[in-house]
Amino acid sequence: MDNTLFKQYQQMLKKEKRFVRLYQFIILLVFFGGWELLSRFGWIDRLIFSSPTYVWQTFIEKVSDGSLTLHVGVTLMETVIGFIAGTLLGTLIASVLWWSPLLSKVLDPYLVILNAMPKVALGPILIVALGPGYFSIIAMGALISIIITTIVVYTAFKGVDPNYSKVLQTFGATKWQIFREVILPASFPTIISTLKVNVGLSWVGVIVGEFLVSSKGLGYLIIYGFQVFNFNLVLMSLLIIAFFATIMYQVVELIEKAIIKK
Amino acid sequence: MGFLKLEHIHHSYFSNTQAKEVLRNINLEISEGEFVSFIGPSGCGKTTLLSIIAGLFPSTEGNVYIDGEEISAQNQSLIGYMLQQDYLFPWKTIEENVTIGLKIMERSNKTHKVTANALLREVGLPHVGSNFPRELSGGMRQRVALARTLAVNPKILLLDEPFSALDYQSKLKLEDLVVETLKAYQKTAILVTHDIGEAIAMSERVFLFSANPGSLHRVFEIPEVLRKLSPFDVRQHPAYSDVFQTIWKELESLG
Repeated sequence: MDNTLFKQYQQMLKKEKRFVRLYQFIILLVFFGGWELLSRFGWIDRLIFSSPTYVWQTFIEKVSDGSLTLHVGVTLMETVIGFIAGTLLGTLIASVLWWSPLLSKVLDPYLVILNAMPKVALGPILIVALGPGYFSIIAMGALISIIITTIVVYTAFKGVDPNYSKVLQTFGATKWQIFREVILPASFPTIISTLKVNVGLSWVGVIVGEFLVSSKGLGYLIIYGFQVFNFNLVLMSLLIIAFFATIMYQVVELIEKAIIKK
Repeated sequence: MGFLKLEHIHHSYFSNTQAKEVLRNINLEISEGEFVSFIGPSGCGKTTLLSIIAGLFPSTEGNVYIDGEEISAQNQSLIGYMLQQDYLFPWKTIEENVTIGLKIMERSNKTHKVTANALLREVGLPHVGSNFPRELSGGMRQRVALARTLAVNPKILLLDEPFSALDYQSKLKLEDLVVETLKAYQKTAILVTHDIGEAIAMSERVFLFSANPGSLHRVFEIPEVLRKLSPFDVRQHPAYSDVFQTIWKELESLG
């Protein structure tokens, strides 16, 4: 009896999953199909909104002349490095603040100001200071996520139940041992969730950086397409960004699953 | 000569609005292998006193000696400390949890596994070494916490209401286990509790503290007949309720 009910339950779950997948697919189809049709029948301006077929043609063209691989590669590299650097540096600063409560008190108002400040506004200064190249774009990608990572991770460090530290203190643990054995591992879930936020933020930083530097990358393609009024190029770049941003997010989720499982 | 000796312990907490005296002139001695309890109304500074004995922070005044050595933050003696809850690290296996003290003290790694297995057998959990804390019940987790405390072979065990978060049945079982284990290892132990019955059942002497500021009010000797019994049997013994009444009245008189 139980067995058949369980089988029914499993089948219901399967059915629901299929249902969800089906509708997700239908939305995708309606979006691209509708876009194509609206553009073909001239209900939206093809010059501005392009169409899936035109975007596809541009894609093939750019792939075959090899320029797309270069731009995608550059942007990906900048985003991944910026993302990792932002998260690591943010966590490092959070650790220093945890280490020295006095320092954290001193720096508190500055963190608030830096957090409130729109980091992309620093773009021109970064480019002047670091030169118009990869380095300043990566710096943008990192800068945009450092402060928020610092604040969130520091809050997580402080939120760890002090009794866990007390257990180690009774064994005579040093501050470093307490950090390594308790504070850091207890904060892993928070660090992982900041990773998810930082994926999105780094893309913003890098794309804006490429807008400003305007030499290579998907951000450059967008700004270039905009300037020469080639919106096929703009929309193609957008779709590629959406694709790779999703992949990065999925990778972070895989990492999360691997760590939480432990 | 006491194994643990407290001399003129005073302690005050400071906040930005006031200084609060929590302990006043505490003097006591406990001999080696003895099991004593601290009871008293809330706010009598029992936990503070335990932290001072553990060397977690220094008292404002006074000295603590364990086995003749003065205790300070720099010279923490080997203390085993059990808290209200198990506080096992959820990301470590049971075995890693038991040996965390040894790891902190950087004793050789090879003996860890042997020690962990032996201790887990001792507390009646021989096959859980590779499990994670969330897979164990509350009573089992507190038993693992006991094993973790014993792993570093402490000179003295400080038990800060370690049974308060458990259901009644697990509590009774664990009381027996703790007394039995500590007797076997000849350990000196101090139990902080607000349960008079628990104090009588487990210890040889009961120190009653009064509050505001915390000071030692009276010491009760538990009769010889009860000392020999396991905590569970003490609760069934006719002499138990007399002792309970005496301590209860004294505690009531403190208001």
